[in-house]
Amino acid sequence: MTFISNLINGISLGSVYAIIALGYTMVYGIAKMLNFAHGDVIMIGAYMSFCATTYLNLPVPVAILIAMCVCTVLGIVIEGLAYKPLRRATSLAVLITAIGVSYFLQNIALIIWGSAPKTFSSVVPFGSLRLFNGGLIITAESVVTVLANIVIMISLAIFTKKSKMGKAMRAVSEDKDAAELMGINVNTTISVTFAIGSALAAIAGVLLCSAYPVLMPTTGSMPGIKAFTAAVFGGIGSIPGAMLGGILLGIIEIFSKSYISTQLSDAIVFGVLIVVLLVKPTGLLGKKIAEKV
Amino acid sequence: MTKMVPLPSKAIIPERDAQKDPILETHRLGIDFGGLTAVDELTLAIGRTEIGGLIGPNGAGKTTVFNLITNVYKPTRGDIMIDGKPTGGKSVSQVSRMGIARTFQNIRLFSDMTVIDNVKVGLHYSINQSLLSSVTHLFGYKKSERDADERALELLSFFNMKHLARFKAGSLPYGEQRRLEIIRALATNPKIILLDEPAAGMNPSETAELMENIRRIRDKYQIAVLLIEHDMNLVMNICEGICVLDHGKVIAKGTPDEIKSDPKVIEAYLGKKED
Amino acid sequence: MKKYKDLSSFAKTNIKCYGIVILAFLVMYPLQSSGMISHSISGQLVPICTYVVMAISLNLTVGFLGELSLGHAGFMSVGAFSGVITAISLSAAVPSPTIRLIISIVVGGLFAGIAGLIIGIPVLRLKGDYLAIVTLAFGEIIKNIINCLYVGIDEKGLHFSMQSDAALGLSEMGRVIMKGPQGAVGITKTATFLSGIILILFALFVVLNLVNSKTGRAVTAIRDNRIAAESVGIGITRYKLTAFIISAMLAGMAGALYAQNLSAVAATKFDFNTSILILVFVVLGGMGNIFGSIIAATLLYMLPELLRGLADYRMLIYAIILIIVMVATNSTQSKQIIAKIKSSLRTRKSNGEGADL
Repeated sequence: MTFISNLINGISLGSVYAIIALGYTMVYGIAKMLNFAHGDVIMIGAYMSFCATTYLNLPVPVAILIAMCVCTVLGIVIEGLAYKPLRRATSLAVLITAIGVSYFLQNIALIIWGSAPKTFSSVVPFGSLRLFNGGLIITAESVVTVLANIVIMISLAIFTKKSKMGKAMRAVSEDKDAAELMGINVNTTISVTFAIGSALAAIAGVLLCSAYPVLMPTTGSMPGIKAFTAAVFGGIGSIPGAMLGGILLGIIEIFSKSYISTQLSDAIVFGVLIVVLLVKPTGLLGKKIAEKV
Repeated sequence: MTKMVPLPSKAIIPERDAQKDPILETHRLGIDFGGLTAVDELTLAIGRTEIGGLIGPNGAGKTTVFNLITNVYKPTRGDIMIDGKPTGGKSVSQVSRMGIARTFQNIRLFSDMTVIDNVKVGLHYSINQSLLSSVTHLFGYKKSERDADERALELLSFFNMKHLARFKAGSLPYGEQRRLEIIRALATNPKIILLDEPAAGMNPSETAELMENIRRIRDKYQIAVLLIEHDMNLVMNICEGICVLDHGKVIAKGTPDEIKSDPKVIEAYLGKKED
Repeated sequence: MKKYKDLSSFAKTNIKCYGIVILAFLVMYPLQSSGMISHSISGQLVPICTYVVMAISLNLTVGFLGELSLGHAGFMSVGAFSGVITAISLSAAVPSPTIRLIISIVVGGLFAGIAGLIIGIPVLRLKGDYLAIVTLAFGEIIKNIINCLYVGIDEKGLHFSMQSDAALGLSEMGRVIMKGPQGAVGITKTATFLSGIILILFALFVVLNLVNSKTGRAVTAIRDNRIAAESVGIGITRYKLTAFIISAMLAGMAGALYAQNLSAVAATKFDFNTSILILVFVVLGGMGNIFGSIIAATLLYMLPELLRGLADYRMLIYAIILIIVMVATNSTQSKQIIAKIKSSLRTRKSNGEGADL
């Protein structure tokens, strides 16, 4: 029974990673940049939802919607101010700028909300599911997280396959210049990608803090790094890869916590990542790119 | 003019090389990319001091042959011998050290480094300098660097580029970048040098100078040259043996005169006549 | 005597780099020993030196080898803790603190070099962002493992455990050196400003010489064009690994010095954020620009200190400065403006020279 309960916890944690990883992977696929500030957008999303429910006493769905709107706007503004001028710069310059943005968001949060952790009350109004006479307890947060993940995954798949903007996004990710010549507005496409990624980050923030209710300005960084790892693990740039990588990473983390060592679980997670990359250098579902000589 | 000696199923080797083993041999070489055969049944031999040409329409697989010979691509079938030794299982850099050097279709210089440093990278394996003397600049560092500078400048002045030694390679005009790439390849002290479209983008006078330089390389260093080129004037003028490739297969081998009149070659370039 | 402008670029870089470090020492040392600078600044001198060394060493990997490393603090960590263990183990055998410091720095460098070898072999097979993420992963693994490590010493020698300090099984004479998450404790402060300056000079000597040598040319060639470097016979793995290990060793030495400027240090000090901080020094100082690394590391390390009066806003301002500097120096528009200014200066200069004739 503990095995099944661990598995469910792993999938649930992994679903959060997967939603965050989607943001990393979409932005990487389209703008070819590592948006290190993504983890901090999650934190902002969680704070927004926290403020809306605690201070304004708004209902949960409204709070989540506010968080999503704020993060969407934030994503577009960050992209426009910090990343857009660097479209032709080296990827390293963009990376350092993203780190600057990450510091900026963390410190803004520090000034507004202080460094003391806030206790985030779960957005899920149901109790835990008790199966087999209490032998297996599944928290409502797990169920909601996994369901949210599935819904997001399916809608994103439909969006990128069917919609005009989704097709534009795929075209830009294949070849920015060619897409531009075909009349696709690359700047708009990149902005939309950031908007979607950031809206997802808000959802991930709310779900993450519902399961692990400590909210601080640095709350987003470690899940951010883990989710980034998950995106690479699955093959960065690939949406199903982010999903697969996120869930596997969550399962590995929970299993190593319960069966091997709590303290060493991060080392194990990263160790598995290294092994995977050595066997498959572009991740589980990543495309192999041959260099032309 | 050197006489050509036909060898069974091999290229035409000039008479002066006929008594010696070829410097480069491929035997039934082939490679597939995901089920698509790019090169097949390539059997070729280049004499010790021959200037050979590899021609064919676009997409015939010429550059792929260079990548196979230098082990950038691992062959699916067949063998390659450089100076009688097989190259199978060796890395690109090991194959280079067996005595093969090359240039690239799209120039690949170390563009942030100076011209002389580009040549010195080519000289790498003949510079006698340990890691310890690299780090400390002692233990024979001065002498090894002086020797390297001397040899690099000698190579550069052979091609009239000595005055450019301190410039950044990336800042050179196109023609000089191509020439520098050849010098860098020569610096590795090769037994055979592969030139991938050396005349691409050059005007007629630059091409004439290039032809002269290719002959001088062969005469001075007594090495073989194998080149890919679309400029038929250049190929017919300086190549002693020519191999024509189409759709990854050899369709003709012979002297320039034989190739010019080969109906299969004309067909490959101009298409089949409608009856 | 040759004029400065006639010197080779190697000699110019040497003069600039060694010069600024020696100058900094000549200015700061009397101020420090006479107590004319505030305690908070004098306490920053050794950390600044170590971060300068970190930036120089990371520039070897990022600037010259051209591989993005996000786990450089991991090597600093290995050096710091192996150095501290060495120093404490030798406290009875080697009475001179200076010699103990030197030995511990050398040991720290060696262990970090070994870590560099172990990590470099798998990592350097990967490319670009994948390589970056694996260095990040290794940095986190090192932090995680050291965080669980307990080390103690008694008359029988060193004891190691991953459980607790009780599990070390020390005798009554024994003392605990490392206490898991608390890190190394009871360190004797032996690091001095002078030792920091000497370590910088050593790092400069190694890196500047290396860059201007056969090995350095091979490393730079691999960065500029890997395929061409291979085609002239340069063994890619060998030279990448050489540069990576040397970079790791210097980071380890810096770590050993850093730790011995504190009385206790935990593994979490050398986390991802520290790696990023060093990377920021290198990028802002200019990739492959050692002089820039020295200046950037010093200024940026001092910046939060200088902004201390702004209290909570200082890191916010730091972040804003970082973003503005990056956008200003790297965006397409600003590059065009800089190019315009440069060319107008050049024409003015040549006009001026013309007038002289």
